[in-house]
Amino acid sequence: MDSLTQYIRLYDEHAATICAHAPEALNRLRPHALARLAAARFPRKGDKSYPAISIDEMFAPDFGVNINRMAMPVDMTATMHCGVPNISTLLGVVVGDTFRPSASLERNMPEGVTFCSLARAAETHPEIIEKYYGRLASGRNAAADLNTLLAQDGVFIHIAAGTAVDRPLQLINIFNPTAPVMATRRVLVVMEQGADARALVCDHTQERNVPCLSNQVIEIFVGENARFDWYDLEESSDDTARVSQLFVDQQAHSRFSLNGTTLMAGRTRNNYFIDHSGPSCSTRLTGMAIGMADQVVDNFTCVGHHFPESTSEQIFKYILDDQSQGSFYGTVIVDEAARFTDARQTNRNILASADARMYTRPRLEINCDEVKCSHGATVGQLDANALFYMRSRGIPEAEAKMMLMQAFMSDVIDTVEIDALRTRLHQLVERRLSGEAARCADCKI
Amino acid sequence: MEDILLNVRGLRAGIDDKEILRGIDLTVRPGEVHAIMGPNGSGKSTLSGVLAGDPRFTVTGGEATLSGVNLLDLSPEDRSHEGLFLSFQYPVEIPGVSMVNFMRAAVNAKRKYLHQDPLSASEFLKMMRQKRAIVELDNKLASRSVNEGFSGGEKKRNEIFQMAVLEPKLAILDETDSGLDIDALRIVAGGVNKLKTERNATIVITHYQRLLDYIRPDFVHILYKGRIVHSGGPELALELEERGYDWIKDTVDSKD
Ligand SMILES: Nc1ncnc2c1ncn2[C@@H]1O[C@H](COP(=O)(O)OP(=O)(O)OP(=O)(O)O)[C@@H](O)[C@H]1O
Ligand SMILES: [Mg+2]
Repeated sequence: MDSLTQYIRLYDEHAATICAHAPEALNRLRPHALARLAAARFPRKGDKSYPAISIDEMFAPDFGVNINRMAMPVDMTATMHCGVPNISTLLGVVVGDTFRPSASLERNMPEGVTFCSLARAAETHPEIIEKYYGRLASGRNAAADLNTLLAQDGVFIHIAAGTAVDRPLQLINIFNPTAPVMATRRVLVVMEQGADARALVCDHTQERNVPCLSNQVIEIFVGENARFDWYDLEESSDDTARVSQLFVDQQAHSRFSLNGTTLMAGRTRNNYFIDHSGPSCSTRLTGMAIGMADQVVDNFTCVGHHFPESTSEQIFKYILDDQSQGSFYGTVIVDEAARFTDARQTNRNILASADARMYTRPRLEINCDEVKCSHGATVGQLDANALFYMRSRGIPEAEAKMMLMQAFMSDVIDTVEIDALRTRLHQLVERRLSGEAARCADCKI
Repeated sequence: MEDILLNVRGLRAGIDDKEILRGIDLTVRPGEVHAIMGPNGSGKSTLSGVLAGDPRFTVTGGEATLSGVNLLDLSPEDRSHEGLFLSFQYPVEIPGVSMVNFMRAAVNAKRKYLHQDPLSASEFLKMMRQKRAIVELDNKLASRSVNEGFSGGEKKRNEIFQMAVLEPKLAILDETDSGLDIDALRIVAGGVNKLKTERNATIVITHYQRLLDYIRPDFVHILYKGRIVHSGGPELALELEERGYDWIKDTVDSKD
């Protein structure tokens, strides 16, 4: 049986319960999603743009789904250690698939900022949910439609026009499964005209050795002249699978920047779809992945330039050790109308072991002459000359390798514009490379 | 034997199936300066690389000891800790690794090897300042990535700075003079001389007498086709400068 079928059956059996525990704005889209899914299947390894990972296999285990919205136990005090030193954030936690604001969130919420559950937003901002929810994700692929079919709640971020938010919004996604579980995670971000904000997101799994899957859909609308940064750090567990899809719509003169870091994961597939809905947009996608054991990290990007004078830059770097596998398929589409586009894409990879594998493929679809586009991909080993040079100065081999790997990642880390976060990322990467679990210094998660 | 610092006997080494060093004998005692000269491609850098433990080379015979310790059994890092230093003919650029982090790692690795505590931040910075002064290395280079964007001369100066920090027993300077302007040559050579004591020794590999005017050798060796074919005093370098290598090549090649 196709693994999608079990979720469709689950929905057929429990549709009433699912809808009873969810706002109407979410329920409204379910029949459409269901209709599309009837003819759909999950991609398998070897399918187009899936060289390393099988979505079908990721969904195959008999996961429990929390349709009755039972509160999941979680050590909330532990999450408090998950901060980045020297910055204070507006913190929300998603346990499984349920949003829980931190105790201080309400109190600290700046003027013009809404950061709450989708269920709550359906009451406070019904017209916004109505207008935006599902607009980018619907019909894009089976995993996105399944998310829409099953999502009962999620996270809502709204920044009012002209509001600049100093404090980063922080979202901690936690699994603490006692039995195999799938979480349907959903995020809707609406940045009105001229708004300016950034979000830090991290994924953790508290309980090891219990398989769990997060099927996440993030829809982000960046209004005219608005700016939004999304920093996403996954440090889950060997037994955590993640399908995360980020859909971004950028209006004229807006700026969107993503940093997607996979430090620790079982199997991860990230899809990033960015489309420009007006001229002079700027998009920057940066990412890095460290793979060990038999982990698989797969990033897929697609940036659509549909209007003139926009720029996009993509830099993704991987270090793969042991039997780990990585994949980067990066797409840039430049429409005929998108004159004076400047699009760049780089993917560099280090294979630290003979058994590690990397699949990389840039794809440029350029339908306009007046553009600047470049792309480059490399797969290699650590520089043997540099390694010997360092060792000849007395630096032990393992440490020298670590320093070279850290150096390899440094230009990606250095694109992070929040100083404290940049420092933290350097530390986390170093810890991860030295073989330790890359947990935040005193975090119990 | 006791006062022999470096003892190389019948050393053979090569790369893949190609033999480059074909039986090297060399004895260096504390306080001595040896110059190794020889035509391009004769194996001078290979000899330095093999002694420093460059994994590209395979040793096929012979032995090499430093103060009685078998070098060939040691990792490159332990050879460094035991007091060997190689100033590279082509120093390597390492983008993303700052000079400061690089030197701190090197210094503290050696201290660990010697069972000493790591230096405190202020002790370390003080030491960096003092050592930089020896070769008048520009402070702003210290904040850059290792050798990245350094000029040829700055790279060589940086090598001697590292030597000053690591205080080796035996330093091998592989064409440290190449790429240096006249003033820099004097400064770098002056730095090497300042670091010289009765207990350490230096091997300078060079093509030119010019450097030997500053760093005066006690012995001059000619390496040709992977062997030391001729040794003598400082006057040998002058003779080479005058006559070139042809007479040496002729003698050796006629024997082959
Ligand atoms: N990595 C390598 N692969 C193949 N051959 C090599 C390699 N390194 C050195 N050789 C060869 O070994 C021989 C000796 O080279 P080496 O660099 O030791 O010479 P050298 O005496 O230092 O020359 P120079 O005066 O030009 O610096 C040369 O024929 C060179 O081509
Ligand atoms: Mg040489």
